[in-house]
Amino acid sequence: MDPQAKIEITALRKQFGSLVVLKDINLTVAPGSVVALIGPSGSGKSTLLRCINLLVTPEGGRVRVGKDVFSFDADTKLPGVRQLAQFRANTGMVFQHFNLFPHMTALGNVMEAPVTVRRKPKAEARQHALALLAKVGLADKVNEYPSRLSGGQKQRVAIARALAMEPEVMLFDEATSALDPELVGEVLAVMQQLAAEGMTMVIVTHEIAFAREVADRLIFMRDGVVVEEGPARQVIDSPREAATQAFLSHFHRAGAPAATPPA
Amino acid sequence: MYQWDFSFLWSYRWLFFQGLGVTVGFTVAIVVLGLVAGLVSALANLSRFGLPRWLALSYIEVFRCTPVLVQLVWFYYALPVLSGIEISAVSASILALSLYGGSFYSEIIRGGIVSIDPGQNEAAAALGMTPGQAMRRIILPQALKRMVPALMNQSIIQFKNTSLVSVLAVPDLLYQGQVAAHDSYRPLEVYSAVAVAYFVLLFPLTAIVRQGEKKLATSD
Repeated sequence: MDPQAKIEITALRKQFGSLVVLKDINLTVAPGSVVALIGPSGSGKSTLLRCINLLVTPEGGRVRVGKDVFSFDADTKLPGVRQLAQFRANTGMVFQHFNLFPHMTALGNVMEAPVTVRRKPKAEARQHALALLAKVGLADKVNEYPSRLSGGQKQRVAIARALAMEPEVMLFDEATSALDPELVGEVLAVMQQLAAEGMTMVIVTHEIAFAREVADRLIFMRDGVVVEEGPARQVIDSPREAATQAFLSHFHRAGAPAATPPA
Repeated sequence: MYQWDFSFLWSYRWLFFQGLGVTVGFTVAIVVLGLVAGLVSALANLSRFGLPRWLALSYIEVFRCTPVLVQLVWFYYALPVLSGIEISAVSASILALSLYGGSFYSEIIRGGIVSIDPGQNEAAAALGMTPGQAMRRIILPQALKRMVPALMNQSIIQFKNTSLVSVLAVPDLLYQGQVAAHDSYRPLEVYSAVAVAYFVLLFPLTAIVRQGEKKLATSD
């Protein structure tokens, strides 16, 4: 399809039991671009994100990230645990609930994968980890355990942890949804900086204003299919599909979610 | 009225010390071997494959659901008949008590592992760790901390279970007590002293367990 693309998803299918969550999804992400996935809960956007690094194994289709390709068709063998691990080492993921390792300091969290997975010498991994923690603004928190960090700080450690593997792409799964409103900005700022540095990113988000500003392309999903896709500003400012218009109407133009409707 | 007299016990002191040495040695052996059996069978029980799960479950249930005294006697008298291999009373005792303890350790370890948030495994996998690396570096260190009180508790039971090896004439603390009791015709004093010896050794251990539980409650 497009050999220039960093991420290429072809005819992706996923079902849990009899529930079909993704139906024939096609998606390409150009190097250095930022794609935002939006949609109501249950639309399959998080599952799609997890299929990109194969945390979730699809039932059919093809996933390519950089040079690594896996096909999931009835006649092809599923990848082994080692192949999967190598594949995932090249993609960074940031989770809604941070998933930091609570028994390690911030520094330990960031050093862990380079040392265990890439067999980097400890001193080298430490230097790199310290630089990454400084980059996300946490130079003074390197020796703190996650339990002593705020949500925003935890998420920034999690971003540094993912960057430590020097991934080809970064995947963000509702990275700010579990944060107190006043802490969202610091995490978005780090994400914005990454985008400006040319990192290829796929972002599942409810921050419409952020998506409009930072994402190059926007994909609106509902019920396991891509309903509308296009330049982020264009889709948000003048959506073509009725479903997209209905979803976006829940957000003010400024991007803050509308007041909760009366129960 | 019975006239208590503990003074004669002093003349049996070396017998008691020898017995105590055997009891402590046995405990160390069956706790270590039991933990190994427990860890291996817990991991097998959590395997993606059917066969190791089935084997682990069979082992755990057979040893949890039969009395340890029966197991001891079976390993000493019945196993040699079945396998044709003679084993000493000491080997039979260590084998039976380790496997018995292991079946309980196994469930404690499995429970500790599954209590860890699945997000931890996901984060480890997303960073490129294999399931083995994730278990060793991320899951087990956290799970072990939660397991410590229950493992200590089971080890205390293991310590007391060593007294059963006296039925196979292994010279542990209880067996030496029996020797002293038969020799002196004073079982009341002898068995009281044996009970005190077990208590004195175990009580500090339970205090450590309680301390550990307190620490656990504050750190998580």
